[in-house]
Amino acid sequence: MSSSPNGEPLVRLSGVNKWFGELHVLQDIDLEIARGEVVVVIGPSGSGKSTLCRTINRLESIQKGEIAIDGEKLPEEGKQLARLRSDVGMVFQSFNLFAHKTILENVTLGPIKVRGKSKAEAEKHARELLERVGVSAQADKYPAQLSGGQQQRVAIARALAMDPKVMLFDEPTSALDPEMINEVLEVMIGLAGDGMTMIVVTHEMGFARRAANRVVFMDGGRIVESADPETFFTNPASDRAKDFLSKILNH
Amino acid sequence: MSFLADNFPLLRDAFLTTLALAVTSGICALVLGTLLTAMRVSPVAPLRAAATFYVEVFRNTPLTVVFFFLAFGIVEIDLQFPSRFISAVAALSLYTAAFVSEALRSGINSVPSGQAEAARALGLDFRQTLGTIVLPQAFRTVVPPLGNVWIALAKNTSIAAGFAVTDLTATLQRLANQNADQLLVVFMAIVVAYLIITLPSAWLIGVIERRTAILR
Repeated sequence: MSSSPNGEPLVRLSGVNKWFGELHVLQDIDLEIARGEVVVVIGPSGSGKSTLCRTINRLESIQKGEIAIDGEKLPEEGKQLARLRSDVGMVFQSFNLFAHKTILENVTLGPIKVRGKSKAEAEKHARELLERVGVSAQADKYPAQLSGGQQQRVAIARALAMDPKVMLFDEPTSALDPEMINEVLEVMIGLAGDGMTMIVVTHEMGFARRAANRVVFMDGGRIVESADPETFFTNPASDRAKDFLSKILNH
Repeated sequence: MSFLADNFPLLRDAFLTTLALAVTSGICALVLGTLLTAMRVSPVAPLRAAATFYVEVFRNTPLTVVFFFLAFGIVEIDLQFPSRFISAVAALSLYTAAFVSEALRSGINSVPSGQAEAARALGLDFRQTLGTIVLPQAFRTVVPPLGNVWIALAKNTSIAAGFAVTDLTATLQRLANQNADQLLVVFMAIVVAYLIITLPSAWLIGVIERRTAILR
């Protein structure tokens, strides 16, 4: 897999700044993500990487700068924002499957409510997606009846059901038991292989090595370093990245 | 037992009056309380402030004072209810709506914020998120507290007895005054009549609670 940085970037952040009260969590972020590119964002906790991910579909607002998706500036509120969000898939750390809906309903809700698809059409597509992530047997169960790994795979299927242009993953394996991490990563690696544009906040260095085109290292609300995985892991340019890698790779 | 048979029409009418007070006020309070809750979670600040003011005033005022005001106080501003029954329904509804609103709001707060976030991330707008994801889950958690509000309301109707509504409690006073030798029987009959209203409610609340429970 190689990066395909042809044409206009699919996601573009320029001069993005965000404060939580006094805390300057995102400082002058410039980042461009090409169509089909898989970018892994890593960094110590509190570095702003999750916040960065959440600004891209405006679950977090920004105070300065501009974010554009597919050449379209992110709207502030209302119908326009809802429409743009429907093109951006999001997978959360804590899954956030709708607790009162079945697995199948979780996956069909967006296509029916937002895309106006018929129930039959949405269910057909949903079953294919559940098959693809390996949880088709659980379609009529409720989220709490599934393991964490299964729930997260359903969450990926739910996001894919909207045919998104880009997928955001906000620490998708951090809430999982160790033996369930791989089943989720396998699905994500498959997606990357199919050419999905992905922004992944994660601590899984194995995933970064196998599937990423680029690793973005953040610290203190800034992007410190951006490099291909091989370069980043074997020969990081900044001291902070070296320090971070020595802490996480020595165990 | 012939005593009860002799006074059956009186007891029956009193029971029906109490039931009518509770049910009518309950429906009005539910409608008003839901409206107040919608105001309290709305993005419009003056609406939130008005609803919060209302809830705090009525939640912290004794019900008897509300009754007094609606029975006598509003005459000062040239207003009067067409009947004492309607005056009692108004007092009970205005008062209970504050508690309904609090229960509903706690239900909305109990839905994890990730649920609304996931809905918004899919592209659902504010109304769809509230209607399909947040409120259906809020309602389920709110069944037990709403049940408590209903039972409290059923018993609060007894205050209407002090304002010339011939409900169960008024009838208790009347029968007890006239039949000192039958005091225990009178008490028993009245208590049973209240239980007929509240016990099935408690059972029904339990059933609804089990039916609508969601796994987390």
